[in-house]
Amino acid sequence: DPRAPGCRNRHEGQFHFVEIGRVALFAYGPDKGKLCVIVDVIDQNRALVDGPATGVKRKQVNYKSLHLTQFKLNIGRAMRTGNLLKVWNKESMQSKWDATSWAKKIANKSLRKSLSDFDRFKLMKAKQARNRLIAIECGKLKKQAKKAPAKPLRVRKRKS
Amino acid sequence: MSYCFSQMAPRKKVTKTPTRMITKDIGGDKNGGKRTIRISRMSRYYPTEDRPRKLRSTKTAFSSHKHTVRSSITPGTVLIIVAGRHKGKRVVFLKQLNSGLLLVTGPFHLNGCPLRRINQIYVIATKTKVDISGVKLPDRLNDAYFKRQKLRRPRHTEGEIFDTKKEVYQVSDERKQDQVDVDKQVLEAIRKNKEKKLLFGYLGAMFSLGNKQYPHEMIF
Repeated sequence: DPRAPGCRNRHEGQFHFVEIGRVALFAYGPDKGKLCVIVDVIDQNRALVDGPATGVKRKQVNYKSLHLTQFKLNIGRAMRTGNLLKVWNKESMQSKWDATSWAKKIANKSLRKSLSDFDRFKLMKAKQARNRLIAIECGKLKKQAKKAPAKPLRVRKRKS
Repeated sequence: MSYCFSQMAPRKKVTKTPTRMITKDIGGDKNGGKRTIRISRMSRYYPTEDRPRKLRSTKTAFSSHKHTVRSSITPGTVLIIVAGRHKGKRVVFLKQLNSGLLLVTGPFHLNGCPLRRINQIYVIATKTKVDISGVKLPDRLNDAYFKRQKLRRPRHTEGEIFDTKKEVYQVSDERKQDQVDVDKQVLEAIRKNKEKKLLFGYLGAMFSLGNKQYPHEMIF
């Protein structure tokens, strides 16, 4: 079931839905980058949202400013902040989120931005060292291939 | 208590000042025959103010200017020189001179930048700092030491207009010695750093901007 919690098959035309308990990320605004939980639906455009563990005050928010994540908490409609915090901690949502590649990408981006000039130099040197090792291995493989040439790949004829 | 003149301590005898006037004989009849003349002439000009005061001006001399340095630039900071002969080089900041200019050194062996003055506006301060608290700079490193030397321009005489050699700037032995002394200490300070190998490479490398690198978005 694509609507099951934890399902992330968005590429196959299956979406995350706005529902009570959906964990969302603020896309822009003063709370940009913070996680929150959709606690109630107000109307077609707005939801009541709360993020006690992430410093988001309980408020109404337009869906446009939210990016829905794969996570959904099992909560009742309009759950109070205190109880919501208990559920959040019980599910250890923060650590689950940090383990996703989405969160890691965001963390990487902000880390890259915070690099100093010396850090960028060190990064460059590290990349250089890694690429040299790769090049050495690649050279070894090429040498092997030269000694024992592989069978040429069969070219598939296109049906006219 | 009233003072009585006679009860006061006897005055010291005042020596008589040499005479200011002199009488001279002058010739001619019916003119008195003598004139009293001053020995030293009176001044031709007497200023209207006994103590002439300067007109108030908002201009201050360069020597009395306050030279502030960006808070990001402290002794030991690695700076990126952005203009001039040594543009692109990463150098170590030593101290601010009285003129407000920054005294930096390559060190010379790492990037070819000698002990030099630069203005802080041509410099990007990085977050990287070398601990040069133990580095003692020679006292003679000041603005007068670094002042640009005026090279004699060749004198053109009749037959030698194209022959005269231009005087080229020569590095003095004093400069070379100071360079060696200061750099030895700075290199020692760098060696004590945890990341000394990378720091050596860093100071020897040139800075450049690549694609999609925008200085206003970068942290240095």
